[in-house]
Amino acid sequence: MKTFTYERARSPSEAATAAVRVPGAKFIAGGTNLLDLMKLEIEQPTHLIDVNGLVLDKIEPTQEGGLRLGALVRNTDLAADMHVRRDYGVLSRALLAGASGQLRNAATTAGNLLQRTRCPYFYDTNQPCNKRQPGSGCSAIGGFSRSHAVVGASDACIATHPSDMAVAMRVLDATVETVAPTGTTRRIPIADFHRLPGNTPNIETTLQPGELITAVTLPRPVGGTHIYHKVRDRASYAFALVSVAAIVQRDGSGRVALGGVAHKPWRVEAAEAQLPRGALAVTKQLLDGAKPTPQNEFKLSLVERTLGAALTQAKG
Amino acid sequence: MNQRILDPMTTNHANDADRSGDVTISRRHLLTVGAASATAATLPQAATAQATSPSASTTRPVPMAKVSLQVNGAVHTLELDTRTTLLDALREHLQITGPKKGCDHGQCGACTVIVNGRRINSCLSLAVMNEGHNVTTIEGLGKPGALHPMQAAFVKHDGYQCGYCTPGQICSAVAMLGEIQAGIPSHASADLTAAPQATVVEFRERMSGNICRCGAYSNIMEAVAEIAGSKA
Repeated sequence: MKTFTYERARSPSEAATAAVRVPGAKFIAGGTNLLDLMKLEIEQPTHLIDVNGLVLDKIEPTQEGGLRLGALVRNTDLAADMHVRRDYGVLSRALLAGASGQLRNAATTAGNLLQRTRCPYFYDTNQPCNKRQPGSGCSAIGGFSRSHAVVGASDACIATHPSDMAVAMRVLDATVETVAPTGTTRRIPIADFHRLPGNTPNIETTLQPGELITAVTLPRPVGGTHIYHKVRDRASYAFALVSVAAIVQRDGSGRVALGGVAHKPWRVEAAEAQLPRGALAVTKQLLDGAKPTPQNEFKLSLVERTLGAALTQAKG
Repeated sequence: MNQRILDPMTTNHANDADRSGDVTISRRHLLTVGAASATAATLPQAATAQATSPSASTTRPVPMAKVSLQVNGAVHTLELDTRTTLLDALREHLQITGPKKGCDHGQCGACTVIVNGRRINSCLSLAVMNEGHNVTTIEGLGKPGALHPMQAAFVKHDGYQCGYCTPGQICSAVAMLGEIQAGIPSHASADLTAAPQATVVEFRERMSGNICRCGAYSNIMEAVAEIAGSKA
């Protein structure tokens, strides 16, 4: 691990200011992904700003009838919150399908959104990777690509976003609240928060330098049956090959987002009109323009079947 | 004295030591002392190399930070390289070697400790992030002759072979049962809004962050189930 200096932030705006004052600075909260990457020298911050002391760990109702989830709410607490379990079940389910008990106790809401890909070539510093070292090439294209993206990828990168929580946030139309180094705050719809790789897969979100996530808000509950189906190589503690977050209403209408298939949580609102016609019709539109590799084309039928299972479950 | 400790055949000498009131030294203590003297032996050389190397003399000092940890009831104040993980602070600086370094990347669970009542991977937390925190390791759960019930159950059910993952397994299991008691659901909970049940299906899902390469899982489950009062 490279050396770094360390400070404890006393307010969100102070943290954001410090992040632009020191070149190479990064925030640290749970640290479960950042420290892993620092040990491998994939991340090399020169300065860490510990935000754990900030009072951003509350879950509160919003004026609009939704919920505000503090950036530092631990994944365990978010999944266990009774409001979330009752009104946003897909979010609890997604969180509980991810990581291990120990990791969920440390990982935070904001940190989970900012997780980096588990592409094996991103982790292997001996291999070219445009995300880790812009311009060096993509080893996954033409390499071992079983776990990689089938939609929205580019010639520069076919990595997936690893988060389960973010897929549920996407289907719930969450909003990310931030504070900038100037002290100004803004609200970013989750749909605009994560970026597709394009030619700059190293830039994964629309956050600006020093911008700090302070909360994620959920709109008023939409009812319906909440389902999160995750398909993986082990029964527990593994990243998704494919996951489906679905909210299905009694009349058969609903919403669907996918994990494990793209560089960001994947949702195509127009495809949801096909829900009453079944999984195949939805999948066709959701994965329109998909470019799988020979090793991961199984994901196309796996999405359809996983969605089919979710829709069957929703019918009860 | 070293000869006596290193040679298991010289039991008579060991008895002599007991009678004469000589200090008995455990294997762990011996290893600790050995490591310290090895460091002392190499230090002067390293210092010399640094003094004569022009590039080394311009190297910036390693950033250090102070941190106070309450470990198993005792407060320790340490001045550490900021890079020191909680696991390394416990093992290398406080000689609390129950928490084990397995993968060092949060995948195996051998380093599991309980911080402020919650189980975490101590390898994925910086020591300086734990200022004032209350850390419980396997050494704080029970002692020889006064085992924690979970420790006794692991012994009774043979919940280990090599034992390397065991301190993490036991810390994890104790905190895991607390999580069920606190009503925290899991991936295995059929009804999200109901209180989770203490069943083996729940235990297996909730213990998935603790790997046992010897494969003692069925015995671990029996030990956990006995303490939880359910059937494995």
